[in-house]
Amino acid sequence: MSTVSTPIATGSDWNFEILTAYEREIARFAKEYRLDIYPNQIEIITSEQMMDAYASVGMPVGYHHWSFGKQFLSVEQAYRRGQMGLAYELVINSDPCIAYLMEENTLMMQILVMAHACYGHNSFFKGNYLFRAWTDASAIVDYLVFARKYIAECEQRHGVTAVEQLLDACHALQNYGVDRYKRPSPISSEEEARRQQEREAYLQAQVNALWRTIPGKAPRDESEAFAEDGDDPLGLHQYGHYPPEPQENLLYFLEKNAPLLESWQREIVRIVRKLAQYFYPQRQTQVMNEGWATFWHYTLMNRLYDEGLIDEGTILEFLHSHTAVVQQPGFDSPHFNGINPYALGFAMFSDIRRICETPNEEDREWFPEIAGSDWLETVHFAMRNFKDESFIQQFLSPKVIRDLKLFSLVDDDRDEMLTISAIHDERGYRRVREALSTQYALSLREPNIQVWEADIRGDRSLTLRHVQDARRPLGKTLYPVLRHLHQLWGFAVKLESVEDDEVVRRYQWPLPGDARDGG
Amino acid sequence: MTYFIDRRANAKHKSAVNRQRFLQRYRSHIKRSVEEAVNRRSITDMERGEKVSIPSKDISEPVFQHGPGGSRTIVSPGNKEFVEGDRLRRPGGAGEGGAGEGGASNQGEGMDEFAFSLSREEFLDFVFDGLALPHLERKQLRDLDEVRPVRAGVTRDGVPSRINIVRSMREAQARRIGMRAPIKRALREAEEALQEEERKDPVLRNPTRIHELKAEIERLEKRLEAVPFIDTYDLRYNNLVDQPQPSNKAVMFCVMDVSGSMTQGHKDIAKRFFLLLYLFLERNYEKVELVFIRHHTAAKEVDEEEFFYSRETGGTIVSSALTLVDEIITKRYSPAQWNLYVAQASDGDNWDDDSTTCRDLLMSSLMAKLQYYTYVEITPHSHQALWEEYERVQARHSERFAMQQIVEPSDIYPVFRKLFRKRIAQ
Repeated sequence: MSTVSTPIATGSDWNFEILTAYEREIARFAKEYRLDIYPNQIEIITSEQMMDAYASVGMPVGYHHWSFGKQFLSVEQAYRRGQMGLAYELVINSDPCIAYLMEENTLMMQILVMAHACYGHNSFFKGNYLFRAWTDASAIVDYLVFARKYIAECEQRHGVTAVEQLLDACHALQNYGVDRYKRPSPISSEEEARRQQEREAYLQAQVNALWRTIPGKAPRDESEAFAEDGDDPLGLHQYGHYPPEPQENLLYFLEKNAPLLESWQREIVRIVRKLAQYFYPQRQTQVMNEGWATFWHYTLMNRLYDEGLIDEGTILEFLHSHTAVVQQPGFDSPHFNGINPYALGFAMFSDIRRICETPNEEDREWFPEIAGSDWLETVHFAMRNFKDESFIQQFLSPKVIRDLKLFSLVDDDRDEMLTISAIHDERGYRRVREALSTQYALSLREPNIQVWEADIRGDRSLTLRHVQDARRPLGKTLYPVLRHLHQLWGFAVKLESVEDDEVVRRYQWPLPGDARDGG
Repeated sequence: MTYFIDRRANAKHKSAVNRQRFLQRYRSHIKRSVEEAVNRRSITDMERGEKVSIPSKDISEPVFQHGPGGSRTIVSPGNKEFVEGDRLRRPGGAGEGGAGEGGASNQGEGMDEFAFSLSREEFLDFVFDGLALPHLERKQLRDLDEVRPVRAGVTRDGVPSRINIVRSMREAQARRIGMRAPIKRALREAEEALQEEERKDPVLRNPTRIHELKAEIERLEKRLEAVPFIDTYDLRYNNLVDQPQPSNKAVMFCVMDVSGSMTQGHKDIAKRFFLLLYLFLERNYEKVELVFIRHHTAAKEVDEEEFFYSRETGGTIVSSALTLVDEIITKRYSPAQWNLYVAQASDGDNWDDDSTTCRDLLMSSLMAKLQYYTYVEITPHSHQALWEEYERVQARHSERFAMQQIVEPSDIYPVFRKLFRKRIAQ
């Protein structure tokens, strides 16, 4: 294509000068492609350190908990026996963006990983609306430091076991610790520590006020005043159903309302909730995030080759590795392990580019707005404004459906046979797309459970509601989770499964006598 | 915008704490596994790690999940021959909504066991956890062979790694002050003289004197500068001296019956018991000496190799071994300096009148010198005279005399634990 220069380096050995040189070139191209990134902090680590990083689920600083030890042991076991290779990189949504590169990687791998993580993922973290709204890249490391310190202090003061049990309970509910409507404010660790003290005092006062309520004496005007200035969004001072609206953020509800928790316990609930929130966007953008990073490493590597900065050997090695990454085994293959997010995401972003650059009749019919438009503009638009669910809904093209030979199948327990409901044909495209989009909707992947009622004037029991979808019941992990919930709440916990406004099943903890209901 | 950091030299094992927490939490599970492993393994290969499995359900971290049932739609890749409306038999037959081929669900039932490896250290820690030599005392110290380095001020010579910087700098400063003071004084005098000379009326000035003084000042300034900032003899080193340490010296007598009445199985059990004891002492008490004694009708002190591997049989006279122990104690291990332990293993078969001799020997002479005596009887049958006599010894010295019975190999480890469990009031 353009001016062909000599490769910066060949072979598989690397050193820091070579990496720096390649990084500079990648940065130059990335600028052309308008990839907006946080500054990169690239750390070279050993495989042992990579296992450590794995174990802390990608947090650069973590608090101590046995579950991370379990994670470490299983990674170690699998790695030692050669059942599993370690990822070549790990990247953290922080500012600066921290990327870990393993020292064992070949030169090609290091270049690939820099393109993938330091420019692909990094620009995704910075650009995607979910990350912008839900996470604070500049504050996360500080917050983790605060969390680690705080939990260590609690361990000293209250004992390791007490803290561990609390964390167990919180972890069981962490997927329900997300606040979907409010954006958290950015805070630093010092400020967090200061605020934490204020909060402690304030929170306890709040909870006391809630549980002190004596029936029959409603301070009516006061409650209105509260509601007006927003101090009482939960309507704690009104009678009737409490909470007046179902609460989807279980941990938040517990933090603010559980009657018996000590203030340090509330703070730990809060820490787990905050971290769950930090990971919330990642759970919803797996396909997009990996697809975006893969799309860019592919584009950037080819660019490096076109400019003569890497030689044939390197690009062939790259293609070999890239092909393995985006491979999608069919459903009947022994290697099948669900839909490969790298494959699907890469296929979709590549296809968007194709639709923009060389649209055909079908594309013009399906994607009139983007067919023939500027591809760079369009992929950036797609990256910034969608999550997996909506991304698929919006951009999954018939061509990708055909290429991957996607089909949808209905599994109904009232039918003794399975039914193929749609395949990659004219009649099926839309339905396959719809079904795949739904499959990635977090709200359907996890049971929809909300706080329904806290009986604050009666037996203090807490009732949750599970809105059942298509008669799918709760799994048998239900009782252990309820037990954890019971530990946090301090009084009996009930759970009702509801379908079409009708309660179809009830569970409770502690179990009433021996009569187990269902499960 | 981008910077590289080489972290390879940083500490690994960042998860060490979490790993320990995990081991701590599942202590009882792991202990059970370790116990099984000890009983299963030939004891010679104790010195390696162990794979431990814990039922997944015991260590799962539960979250709310969808259970099987209901209706759902699954999208999968790789369609070959299906067309819309095809009806398929459920894979796996059962009505459970597994839909194995769908696989998109995340109900990964996965493995039933969570397996991981303990390192050799961790394994042995678990094996010998909570065990100790009872009644270990600090005896009179004579052999001061055990020393510990202790700080003892500073010296003028030593190795660079022990330089005491603060003291060295202080010395240097003192030396600089000392060396520069006379020069400074002379310099001041010269400068004053020069000024005085220059204050004089130009006619009265002595140009040679001025010239001399200026030269003198220049010379002195040079000397002042030449005083080194730090010099070899300023250096001070932290001094360490070796201080003798009192030691808990202990010796363990391993007494094994190899008489004809002991079957191969019995001998095996006895050997495994002693191997366990041997490992335990080697690991937890570096300084413990071991004396191996085998006996049938006659007792013989042997080395480790012979103790465990040689074959030799005959009748049984237990007292011969006890007499030998007593002799060795008198000759080599004065009770004033040594903690003395005896571990004896036998099938309980003995010449009838010899058992009484044994008791007398123990009561009159041995028990007074010993810290602890353990007797293990390896027999599935009922006890004989020796056991009964020993019971009487135990009645007298209940604190320091322990006896247990082993019937089959799986008893070895539990019995071992019973004999050497840590006593609280020690």
